[in-house]
Amino acid sequence: MSTPKIRIRGLSKAFGSKVVLDGIDLDVETGTSMVIIGGSGSGKSVLLRCILGLIEPDTGTIEIDGENILTASRSRQEAIRRQIGMLFQNAALFDSMSVADNIAFGLRAKHSDRDGPVPSRAKARELAGGILEQVGLDPSVGQLSPSELSGGMQKRVGLARAIAGQPNILFFDEPTTGLDPIMGAVIDGLIVDCVQKLGSTAIAITHDMASAQRIGNRAAMLYHGKLVWQGLAADLMHSGNAMVDQFTHGRREGPITMELRK
Amino acid sequence: MNAVLDPIAALGRAVLGLVRQSGALAMFALEALSHLVRPPFYWRIFLSTLIETGFFSLPVVALTALFSGAVIALQSYVGFGQYHVQSAIAGIVVLAVTRELGPVLAGLMVAGRVGAAMSAQIGTMRVTDQIDALTTLSTNPMKYLVTPRLLAGTIALPCLVVVADVLGVLGGFTVSVAKLGFSPSTYITATLESLKTIDVVVGLVKAAVFGFLIALLGCYHGYNSRGGAEGVGSATTAAVVGASILLLLFDYLLTDLFFSQ
Repeated sequence: MSTPKIRIRGLSKAFGSKVVLDGIDLDVETGTSMVIIGGSGSGKSVLLRCILGLIEPDTGTIEIDGENILTASRSRQEAIRRQIGMLFQNAALFDSMSVADNIAFGLRAKHSDRDGPVPSRAKARELAGGILEQVGLDPSVGQLSPSELSGGMQKRVGLARAIAGQPNILFFDEPTTGLDPIMGAVIDGLIVDCVQKLGSTAIAITHDMASAQRIGNRAAMLYHGKLVWQGLAADLMHSGNAMVDQFTHGRREGPITMELRK
Repeated sequence: MNAVLDPIAALGRAVLGLVRQSGALAMFALEALSHLVRPPFYWRIFLSTLIETGFFSLPVVALTALFSGAVIALQSYVGFGQYHVQSAIAGIVVLAVTRELGPVLAGLMVAGRVGAAMSAQIGTMRVTDQIDALTTLSTNPMKYLVTPRLLAGTIALPCLVVVADVLGVLGGFTVSVAKLGFSPSTYITATLESLKTIDVVVGLVKAAVFGFLIALLGCYHGYNSRGGAEGVGSATTAAVVGASILLLLFDYLLTDLFFSQ
């Protein structure tokens, strides 16, 4: 059996007395698009941020290609994480730069030594036009600043920046949040295209069941920091798991209880 | 019993909080400084901050210095008139401006203008995930955002203080000659006789320290801001207030160090 691209074992994280991740075990095979669903505050974003190194977990291991990134040297961690591209929920474009410069930044920053010399700023800007076309935007958009773009366009530019360095792992944090259903479907389509074209392994977290089924071929559900179900994304709407069924069908009654304040 | 212990406990908490903040600020500064000697260095950010801090602060610093010099001349003339020592005005103006008013007023102006802007900009980047995005793009945010700003602040403020010194003296000269009836040549001679190199050098050293502190507080509060627009607003206020207080504290310490003998 081959080593999973991402293997997580016993991952836990608490903020004060609030346990956000509680012994997560998760394997993501190479080339898989894993969708993680769960209610607000269930720990989805914290899980992604732990893998990205933005949050340090309390216990557990995170292996990428069999190497534990939590115990690796700093330079090795940077090298491993250079393979990862990330689309943030609000796109997180640098508002002090033009769209083209945002993408050029991603391209230059993710460039590794084995790919040859780092492209010049001008060359990277030129390449940004081609990447914009890949996400369905005209290269002339590159001249605009992020604040001049609609939410959907910002997501596309965020995706362009994430794929600029041709990462072999892609993370998507609620990629369709705040978009109308048509634009959501367009972004999902672009995500699927990019993941397939790059041959990447992907993890997406979402509340949007239509999006989850479009993007993912595997799915998992987090509840109160625990992984309560894993299976095929195609089975999400009829998983046979009471929690997943309640969540995916949006029912008020069921094992999932809403905590208004804790 | 509680009436006695509560204020002591509150004082203890305040002291512990202050110590914790000071330690965090010192660690933040050390980490940022350590990136000065580890490549890459982001020259474009450094140069743009240098221009923003040094060049675009010139009007406000120049006007402040000019009027301050003029006011000192005027006030000294009134005050010294009682003792018939108006001839000391030129010396008072040049020493006050180069030793104290140039660095302190320029520092306070830059703290309000640039420290606030740094804090708001970095704070907004924090609450909109742009700093996390930098990390995911294999770019160390401290190295990219903080280190160039600290260096730019440390270099820009002494440059501004040179301008403030010249204009402060010019303000005093103008009022003294045009309004108070001093002879231009006498005033200039008295100014040059009163001025020593150490006065200017210490003023510039103070300015470099103030520039570093302003950038440090702006970056620190922005970098650690939380909670959306309100958090960014609080961080900006804390950056300006903190920088202003530290600036005056260090002004005293540096004055004591250089001039108390």
